[in-house]
Amino acid sequence: MNFNIIGLIRAAIINGTPLLFGTSGEILTEKSGNLNLGVEGLMFMGGAFGLMGAFVYGNAAGDNASGAVAVAIALLCSFGIGCIGSLIFSFLTITLRANQNVTGLALTIFGTGVGQFVGELMRIKVGGNVTISNALKDAFAEPILPEALQKIPVIGQILFSYNLFVYLGVVMALVMAWFMKKTRKGLFLSAVGESPATADAAGINVTKYRYLATVIGGGISAVGGMVYTMTIAGSVWNHSGLSGEGWVAVALVIFCLWRPMNALWGSALFGALLILYLRLPIPFLPTQIYKIVPYIATAIVLIMVSMRQRREDQPPQGLGLNYFREDR
Amino acid sequence: MKEREPLIRLTKRQNMAKSRIWLIRLGALVFAIILGGLVFMIAGANPLTAYGTILSGSLGKVTGIRQVVKTAVPLLGTALALAPCFAMRYWNIGAEGQITMGAMAATFFAINMAKSMPSPILLIVMGIASIVFGAIWAGIPALFKANWGTNETLFTLMMNYIAIGIVGWLQGGPWEGKPGSQIIPMFEQSAVLPKVFGVHIGWIIVLILTVFMYIYMSKTKHGYEIKVLGESENTARYAGMNVRKVTIRTACLSGGIAGLVGFMVASGANQTLYSDVAGGVGFTAITVTWLAQLNPFAMVAISIMLAVLSKGASSIQTTLGVPASISDIITGIILLCMLGCEFFINYKMIFRGKEEYHEEAAPVKPAPAAGEEAAK
Amino acid sequence: MSETTHAVEFRGITKRFGSNVANDSVDLYLDRGVIMSLLGENGSGKTTLMNMLAGIYFPDEGEILIDGKPVSIKSPKDAFDNKIGMIHQHFKLVDVFTAAENIVLGLKEEGKLDRKVISARVKEIGEKYGFEIDPDKKIYEMSVSEKQTVEIIKVLYRGADILILDEPTAVLTPQETEKLFNVLKAMKEDGKSIILITHKLNEVMAISDVVTVLRKGKYIGAVKTAETNEKELTEMMVGHKISLNIDRPEPVDPKPRLTVAGLTVRDSEGMIRLDDVGFIAFGGEILGIAGIAGSGQKELLESIAGLRHISKGSIIYTPEGKSPAELVGKTPMEIKDAGVSLAFVPEDRLGMGLVGGMGMTGNMMLRSWNKGKGIFVDTKGPEKLAEKVLEDLDVKTPGIDYPVRKLSGGNVQKVLVGREIAQAPTVLMSAYAVRGLDIHTSFTIYNMMTAEKMKGVAVIFVGEDLDVLLELCDRILVLCGGKVSGIVDARKTTKEEVGLLMTKLGGKEDN
Repeated sequence: MNFNIIGLIRAAIINGTPLLFGTSGEILTEKSGNLNLGVEGLMFMGGAFGLMGAFVYGNAAGDNASGAVAVAIALLCSFGIGCIGSLIFSFLTITLRANQNVTGLALTIFGTGVGQFVGELMRIKVGGNVTISNALKDAFAEPILPEALQKIPVIGQILFSYNLFVYLGVVMALVMAWFMKKTRKGLFLSAVGESPATADAAGINVTKYRYLATVIGGGISAVGGMVYTMTIAGSVWNHSGLSGEGWVAVALVIFCLWRPMNALWGSALFGALLILYLRLPIPFLPTQIYKIVPYIATAIVLIMVSMRQRREDQPPQGLGLNYFREDR
Repeated sequence: MKEREPLIRLTKRQNMAKSRIWLIRLGALVFAIILGGLVFMIAGANPLTAYGTILSGSLGKVTGIRQVVKTAVPLLGTALALAPCFAMRYWNIGAEGQITMGAMAATFFAINMAKSMPSPILLIVMGIASIVFGAIWAGIPALFKANWGTNETLFTLMMNYIAIGIVGWLQGGPWEGKPGSQIIPMFEQSAVLPKVFGVHIGWIIVLILTVFMYIYMSKTKHGYEIKVLGESENTARYAGMNVRKVTIRTACLSGGIAGLVGFMVASGANQTLYSDVAGGVGFTAITVTWLAQLNPFAMVAISIMLAVLSKGASSIQTTLGVPASISDIITGIILLCMLGCEFFINYKMIFRGKEEYHEEAAPVKPAPAAGEEAAK
Repeated sequence: MSETTHAVEFRGITKRFGSNVANDSVDLYLDRGVIMSLLGENGSGKTTLMNMLAGIYFPDEGEILIDGKPVSIKSPKDAFDNKIGMIHQHFKLVDVFTAAENIVLGLKEEGKLDRKVISARVKEIGEKYGFEIDPDKKIYEMSVSEKQTVEIIKVLYRGADILILDEPTAVLTPQETEKLFNVLKAMKEDGKSIILITHKLNEVMAISDVVTVLRKGKYIGAVKTAETNEKELTEMMVGHKISLNIDRPEPVDPKPRLTVAGLTVRDSEGMIRLDDVGFIAFGGEILGIAGIAGSGQKELLESIAGLRHISKGSIIYTPEGKSPAELVGKTPMEIKDAGVSLAFVPEDRLGMGLVGGMGMTGNMMLRSWNKGKGIFVDTKGPEKLAEKVLEDLDVKTPGIDYPVRKLSGGNVQKVLVGREIAQAPTVLMSAYAVRGLDIHTSFTIYNMMTAEKMKGVAVIFVGEDLDVLLELCDRILVLCGGKVSGIVDARKTTKEEVGLLMTKLGGKEDN
């Protein structure tokens, strides 16, 4: 494949969009002090349920199927299952105070299992590859902006040539950044993640904030899985397609230093790294080495941050710790 | 607080009889199995038949049992590897990568030295190399943790994917067999672990490791240091322990054992190396260690249970047409239920109006200091 | 304000923790525009009483009136609604937030979060009372006194008219204390009521209009500051001497064992905790250390044990029949091996001396785990020791392997003290060794200390109860604000003298 800078940017952004959702959701979760390592499982479930929703609708509506409805159903299904998955996590860690690391991993095992199971089940029922009609596929993966805009030289391709989810992701990340920086609730959420005891003393309902942030965050992460399946994977269930995506998202959270604005460019960067070996092969650099660059970069960021000790860059201080008022 | 006592309040439970603890855990397991049954029903299978098939498919035949043992070996080995880390409250979730690096180091010798060494020596060299590489891979995050407080949960997590990527590169590059195959050739027979009762001797190694880990944690100075450090860093310092040294040493031990597991999987089970050599064992083992409450013998039981589930599930797929991934779902349900049930062991719920709380709490409060201290 | 309604009034307030009565039927009142000092020794129930006003605890009996109306304060939020705010000793602030962000934390104000408006209001409050504050400064960049300022403004921002400050000067330098007092005076002028929890007599005299004294949870009395003096307040605070009849033999042939000179120690924040401390501890005597909590007792013991960085000074250790050795610069292990034993009972007990999750045996091992060659720990010795301690001190436990965390406070202490005495030390240090123990067990421990003393051990005993110090010790060293306020002969001194030394350096009255 020839090297083409505009093509590379486009591919990076498209490939980064599932990560943007996965990461933004996990940022919201971690800001509340919950380290949910179940993102991989949530994204799997989101991918499988999103596809299932669109598939079931497509079959039921037949030729009258509307692309917009299919997209809405897929969004709803993936967000919903993500909320359910992270609700299990929240119940176990916030209410039952189970260890967050272990619960997150159990959720990953459970979630990938559910995702695979649903995908397989659909495959068995259909007797082949699960997919949806081309018209519906286009609703997910084709650019949504008017063609006139796309035809503007250079920026038309870079800015206006994307599918719906790219713009949705950007808006979501911007809203999240605004919420965290500019609203009281955002400030309170961050206090809950930094020091639950202080937040509690100030009259903030720690349990409520943690539940809401974790459940909504889990839903957003799961949407990322759906976006991957419906756009990059071409609306076809592939049992290994999503694997690793959730872990990259977790890495990206650290790389972004828990800031949604950084996730905007961070996801495009990681998206680029994931496909760079296809677009920009360097003869002596093997493709597999490209794939570990995001993790190496994240590890380096993690080391630098801990060595520099700049307080604003540290993980939320209460991250991974359950709060029990009487422990004070 | 009589006026505003909430409907349910929680206190930490002081004591519970051993028998009741096990009853609660058993209850959680039964509950999980019932939930799993519901999943089978959703999938259109009779739960009883399904569970029956799992048992007969895994434990009903000699080959099935061998498969179960083969699956349980890396799970148990890794769970044992993680025990000292968790006892120290050091979150090594990088076993996946440590297994992979161990397998890689062993494979290096399997590929390059198979012809120049007699089999027993080769196998020993492979084992040592895997331990060293696993230890190095675990030692890097520990070094940063000990010196700069770098978050080990996140760092070890990153190390997993770096390791997997490196092996992926070797697999498709320098160590590739047939050009374009993306596969490393099968090991020479001299680089393959011998079998005992039809399963590679890894099962004997992990059983020895089980005893070793039990003794290490409960009888040695190292084990004592780890446990004290896990309780409180201040106390460890007070007792004259070198916190940095213990942290790094323990992480390396953990990584070393995980590396050895990688060797057993590559040489014993797969007889080759590929990037997915760990196959999620590093993660599942974390839950095994935790659920076993760091008890090596409980790890044996839990590993076998999970292996039975996963092997039995493949026969479900063939006989009942239910996807094998259901075993992951049921494993997940069991893990989540077992995690949740610990709450009922550690906490006590007090419903509004029950005065029980005061009687319970009274003797543990420091008497005269209570007023001033409790406020802080 | 009419004459009959008070800003705050307590009527018959009682609070119990289990069988322990923290406040026993306390009555007190406070008017607008008045600064009241709440004076009392450690454990006299001052903080508990105020926590009931701040909504942390709810009284078991009695009622609280605000402006003459009975109120029910069930949470910190209720306290705010009644315009009451408390500044605790341990600040509750989010480190990575700015002062302004911390101040509005938890407030459900309308509109969006406009940091400029908040900063302006914070500055306004600052100017009104003479605070110096930068609303946009992050907490982690602040000094302790700045953090305290943030806490005070946080309370004022919520519209508090009644402010409670718990030992506010404990963390301040004299200059900062002065500034704080000026602010408090400005608030008083503004009609606010201020309650100052303290045990520093000079500050009581300097700032307050009235003084209320608590002792052992009981209300002792209230006096106008202008009509009292430090001697009278000390007597109210410590009460009359109670005879305990602790057996105290005369020391036999005391020899210098520890010679401390010019010891200066700073904490991690750079505050001076011990200032030029010097004394000699003799073998064969019990040296008591008295002082208000936080006067440097903990730091002194930890310094001797090698757990603190020492800025200046020397600690010379002279073992029986051996040449003297300098302890400063040695590791805790080396000091321990030299025979200096620290039976320190920290406030949280399980923080340092014990491993909560382990049984008695495991805890005995903490002293011996590294002994002997080979990779295995010796469990036989510690097991025997555990059984001995269990029997000698009558520890109530289901078994020697039962986690000590689950034992009651008194039994935890027995394990700790028993272990330290078993080390056969030449210097035995203990802090608050009988805190939380019943009379019987306390006497067991006193007798053990005395037995050690008669063996020629230099015993250093940090205590809270003056009656005990006066009867158990041979000499008493009194610390005040990290300095040696005086060293007195325990057989000749009086409770009042020690009380005065504790609350005022040198113990001399100004007036």
